[in-house]
Amino acid sequence: MNKSEEYRVVLFYSTSAAIKAESLAKKENLVVKLIPVPRNLSSDCGICLLFRSQDKLVIEDLLNRGKIEYENIYPI
Amino acid sequence: MIYLDNAATSYPKPKRVEQAMVNFMNNIGASPGRSAHRLSQEAGRLIYQTRENLAQLFKVNDPLRIIFTLNITEALNLALQGILVPGDGVITSSMEHNSVMRPLRDLERKGVKVEIIPCSSRGEFDPESIKKRIKKNTKLIVINHGSNVIGSILPICQIGEIARKHGILFLVDTAQTAGCYPLDMEKDKIDLLAFTGHKALFGPSGTGGLIFGERVNIKKLIPLKRGGTGSWSEFEEQPDFLPDKYESGTLNAVGIAGLNEGVKFILQEGVDKIHRYELLLTQKLIEGLKNIPEAIVYGAEKREDRVAVVSFNIQKRLPSEIGLKLDEEYGIMCRIGLHCSPASHKTIGTFPMGSVRFSLSYFNQWEEIEQALEAVKKIAKEGRKLK
Ligand SMILES: Cc1ncc(COP(=O)(O)O)c(C=O)c1O
Repeated sequence: MNKSEEYRVVLFYSTSAAIKAESLAKKENLVVKLIPVPRNLSSDCGICLLFRSQDKLVIEDLLNRGKIEYENIYPI
Repeated sequence: MIYLDNAATSYPKPKRVEQAMVNFMNNIGASPGRSAHRLSQEAGRLIYQTRENLAQLFKVNDPLRIIFTLNITEALNLALQGILVPGDGVITSSMEHNSVMRPLRDLERKGVKVEIIPCSSRGEFDPESIKKRIKKNTKLIVINHGSNVIGSILPICQIGEIARKHGILFLVDTAQTAGCYPLDMEKDKIDLLAFTGHKALFGPSGTGGLIFGERVNIKKLIPLKRGGTGSWSEFEEQPDFLPDKYESGTLNAVGIAGLNEGVKFILQEGVDKIHRYELLLTQKLIEGLKNIPEAIVYGAEKREDRVAVVSFNIQKRLPSEIGLKLDEEYGIMCRIGLHCSPASHKTIGTFPMGSVRFSLSYFNQWEEIEQALEAVKKIAKEGRKLK
């Protein structure tokens, strides 16, 4: 991942949902990574999906199309 | 040695099944869905991949509507005990395995109304006969897709159609068909598909699952177990989303790693090809058995629509005697007796003696069928030795 870019994370209710989101994103060649939830954000599940801020709309659309419920999206 | 007991569990498995399990033990090892480190993620991805491959096999839209269980018995128990409450009605056939019959008999004692629709002695089921049995309180129809005694196929698509028209949920036991007979959640109108991993899906024992169609209301389906899921950890209540609601406790990750390869093998070969090949062997086996004058073969004449499970007896001889001879004198492994399905044997008229059952897999060769037929012929000719 490129340091100069801005990133956001999606927080999920379950790990399975996070992994499903990762799988769908990778199929569409989006740059994503599963990381532990940053300390300052609390989440029900231990991992979240990191993505480039520029992909926010695409990621949201992907989550909707994949019927993946998520808690929230935060900049980090 | 000739293994003809694949309806109990398939053997051998594709080599890659074992390799994936060894790889998991050596290189992944971690608990899926619990921790955030890379090995846990890797395990989680493997589990998800298996859901995706199963989704492709059974034509499921959302892989997260597939949950893993220990075997199909657990999946069927979850569905039956999770859906039916006293006062509800349930309809089933007379060809069910005890993994359906026993939970139903237990629920019956608790006030669930159980309707059992008889099949013909050849195992045929008339879907129209369901219509007359539907009542206001009928909540579920549960059907064994492929008979584990005579290999007959029940017309699930027509049954599903009727269920849908009447707003009734439809649960299918695919123990004998998943992996070796075409299945499609949508086309076959299945609401709950229960599968076991260790038969025609070529996974190891300790794997199975349940798939929820879109019509199933997860909020209303009670889990069998409650416990840790790696999610919602700040709450002491069970999460109510999929798959976590029904997956308490650490999954059988190493088993699922094996199952994943079994399913991938099937996807690569193609279910149609597997089904066609098994049918060829089965037809050869049935023809051969019918040419043995002392042999009685059970089940429908129709040979194109079945799975590779064949039951027979030798006149005036006990299945136990035949089974022992096949094993000890010819190295042929099969299963004799009632096959956990007294209802089926009552239906075909072989209760309580049971039958000799040969069940084949994609890995059987026609030479093995010839040898087995030769062995049965010889045993039949020996005449009755006991008494
Ligand atoms: C039709 C049918 N249903 C259920 C089962 C139970 O399978 P399992 O032992 O994997 O739970 C079997 C096989 O034993 C079967 O043939």
